Amino acid sequence: MTHYVRTKDAPLLPPPASTTGIVGWLRENLFSSVTNTILTFIGLYLIYLIVPPIINWGFLSAVWTGEDGDACRSEKVGRAVGACWAFVEAKFGQIIYGRYPVEERWRVTLVYVLGFGALIPMVVPSLPYKGLNALFLLAIYPVVAFILLTGGNIDIGTGFWIGFAVLVAILLGVAFFAASVAKIIELRDGIKGVAMFAVPFAAVVLVSSADLGLAPVETSLWGGLLVTLVVAVTGIVASMPIGILLALGRRSQMPIIRLFCIAFIEFWRGVPLITVLFMSSVMLPLFLPEGVNFDKLLRVLIGVALFSAAYMAEVVRGGLQAIPRGQYEGAMALGLSYWKMMRMIVLPQALKMVIPGIVNTFIGLFKDTTLVLIVGLFDLLGIIQLNFTDPNWSTPSTSHSGYAFAAILFFVFCFGMSRYSIFMENRLDTGHRN
Amino acid sequence: MAVSEQADAAKVALWNNPRFRALLSQAVLIFAIVWMGYEIVTNTVSNLERQNIASGFGFLENTAGFGIIQTLVPYAEDSTYGRAFLVGLLNTLLVAFFGIIFATILGFIIGIARLSKNWVISRLAAVYVEVFRNTPLLLQIFFWYFAVLRAVPGPRESLSAFGLFFLNNRGLYMPAPVFSDNAYIILVAFIAGIFSAIALRWWAKQRQIRTGQQFPVFISSLGLIFGFPIIAFFAAGMPITLDQPELSGFNFKGGMTMIPEFASLLLALTIYTASFIAEIVRAGILAVSHGQSEAAHALGLRVNPTLRLVVIPQAMRVIIPPLTSQFLNLTKNSSLAVAIAYPDLVSVFAGTVLNQTGQAVEILLMTMGVYLIISIITSMFMNWYNARMSLVER
Repeated sequence: MTHYVRTKDAPLLPPPASTTGIVGWLRENLFSSVTNTILTFIGLYLIYLIVPPIINWGFLSAVWTGEDGDACRSEKVGRAVGACWAFVEAKFGQIIYGRYPVEERWRVTLVYVLGFGALIPMVVPSLPYKGLNALFLLAIYPVVAFILLTGGNIDIGTGFWIGFAVLVAILLGVAFFAASVAKIIELRDGIKGVAMFAVPFAAVVLVSSADLGLAPVETSLWGGLLVTLVVAVTGIVASMPIGILLALGRRSQMPIIRLFCIAFIEFWRGVPLITVLFMSSVMLPLFLPEGVNFDKLLRVLIGVALFSAAYMAEVVRGGLQAIPRGQYEGAMALGLSYWKMMRMIVLPQALKMVIPGIVNTFIGLFKDTTLVLIVGLFDLLGIIQLNFTDPNWSTPSTSHSGYAFAAILFFVFCFGMSRYSIFMENRLDTGHRN
Repeated sequence: MAVSEQADAAKVALWNNPRFRALLSQAVLIFAIVWMGYEIVTNTVSNLERQNIASGFGFLENTAGFGIIQTLVPYAEDSTYGRAFLVGLLNTLLVAFFGIIFATILGFIIGIARLSKNWVISRLAAVYVEVFRNTPLLLQIFFWYFAVLRAVPGPRESLSAFGLFFLNNRGLYMPAPVFSDNAYIILVAFIAGIFSAIALRWWAKQRQIRTGQQFPVFISSLGLIFGFPIIAFFAAGMPITLDQPELSGFNFKGGMTMIPEFASLLLALTIYTASFIAEIVRAGILAVSHGQSEAAHALGLRVNPTLRLVVIPQAMRVIIPPLTSQFLNLTKNSSLAVAIAYPDLVSVFAGTVLNQTGQAVEILLMTMGVYLIISIITSMFMNWYNARMSLVER
């Protein structure tokens, strides 16, 4: 009897050549239909239009070195000149340090090195000592950076110390009252609490007002990348705590606090940053009593911090809303107070959830620091713009090169941060969603 | 029962009572705000007196005495500050209006291109988004203004297209339409076209419900809306003529002019915002689950009706809220005009008028008020839309 039914598997055939390898990929992704083929050719034509001129301008016909503008003038060089990187090279010091005195620039470099040196172990998840590192970055580093950049030795006066002593005495009195009469805290805890506020504060003021032999540098001399980083970092660090408080206040049960937080957030989010900067440069001085005068950079920093705090508050609120009710109820059932519940249960989960939002706010703030040039501070873009007026370097390609360099710097920072946020998002994803 | 509850309540010390704590913290907040407000007002009043700066809104009636390079309403140097405010506001709204339209169109194209199955196209779109999203807007404005539009040749060597459009470093010169007396017929025909398209749509729907037959509404509506005015244009004896710009002396005369400040601001705002809109569109389309289009195909819908009736309506629900906030951002970002002296609200009012009068408080409050009102209107629209579109569950 003959079997017409196969008893053995037929040999596996390789997939058709047109669906594998480079040919298959091309057919699949570029030439799968007539429209697709047309689109591919349009795309290739666009690339042909854009990429070769950029490569030619930025590399092939670019001028890399030169003493002054003559190196970049095509009539002097005798060939078509693309980017004038010699200009960027000549102004590099200004772009990084602004008009900071040359002999003091090591201080800025030290601040950069310390900052990035502490930041890198902070952002690489596998490196240890995150807690100590965070303490250094958030508590010690700002003071060190402040003293290094300004030169410290701020004029405090004895009046401040008298006021400070009175304040500490009042706080100790309150602690004593709360411990002995009201009996809500232990006396030891009360004194510890006051000391925890007073001692670091006094130490910071003492160090900042001590004469460390550093020459004072006016903030009007700061510029370039220094100002950009100072504004962006201060803005983000200051806006975190304010933003968290505002977000909590907006979800509070207390009507007046909620109303205040809503009004505050909506006001700052509703106006453009430029008007905020105008406000801090022309309106804020009017609000202060006669004789009190803030530094221009400090005023801008206050405006930027409040502005970004409002955005941060909305980001954090998104995280708070995403925490299921059960978490709050569980924490309350354990008898945790409001602040303990927030600190130990809700905020860790909420903040983790909104890391991408926080990074996006930071990227936005980083790009927005360029606006300070409108109120007369010279940030990265401002200092480059300022140097276009240098008659030595007034060549046709100076401005293009300057803008291109600024764009590359900003792109590297912002793109890096956005990639990092995607990386963290994937890392912290516990798979609980959906 | 009631007695023991009261006893419990009495045992709790006042400062451990949540209601008392709430009242206390709110009272402290009110006190702090009132105190700060008082300090600010008294300081400001004394500072203003010392610097001899007037207060109040009377300055709006004073003569401005400066020119503005682009005005939508009649304005001259002897107009009032109030008029300058209006001119600035209209210029802001003008650039925001066109910016929103162009950014939406470009953003949708780029967003859809990013989802394209074509590798080259989707890569190109991704590069576009990353480059323009990660560089500051101000840098882009400067680039278009100083490096591109200021670098084009002067009026005598203008770049021209078809002999109708001329681009030089004073701006873009275009032919302007001149309307003669009976040009209104075209407008009437246009409105009639719109109404007949609406009527046609209603009739087509009724017929489809009755008979199941479909009618090509979209094409015929286009025909009605644009066909009527074209017929009217010829029937009325071509009442619209073009006023062409012509070189006379050192510059062009006649036609319409787009000043380079406006062009570069519009270009930068469009390109920058489009990169954000593209991401929103992409996220919105990806948010519609694949099962939706599979189900639509299973019901026998073809590709186009699937997109039109199933995917896009659901994607719009996700797209519209962030899209409106991008529109708002674009409007607020148009205040960067001050950096290249495009005469918008901030540049004219919070810039020139502020410098001339010194009345910082009133002027900044008015400027911020305008942006606040715009943003409140936008968020009211967003709340209304969210309430209308939110999925009703259980």
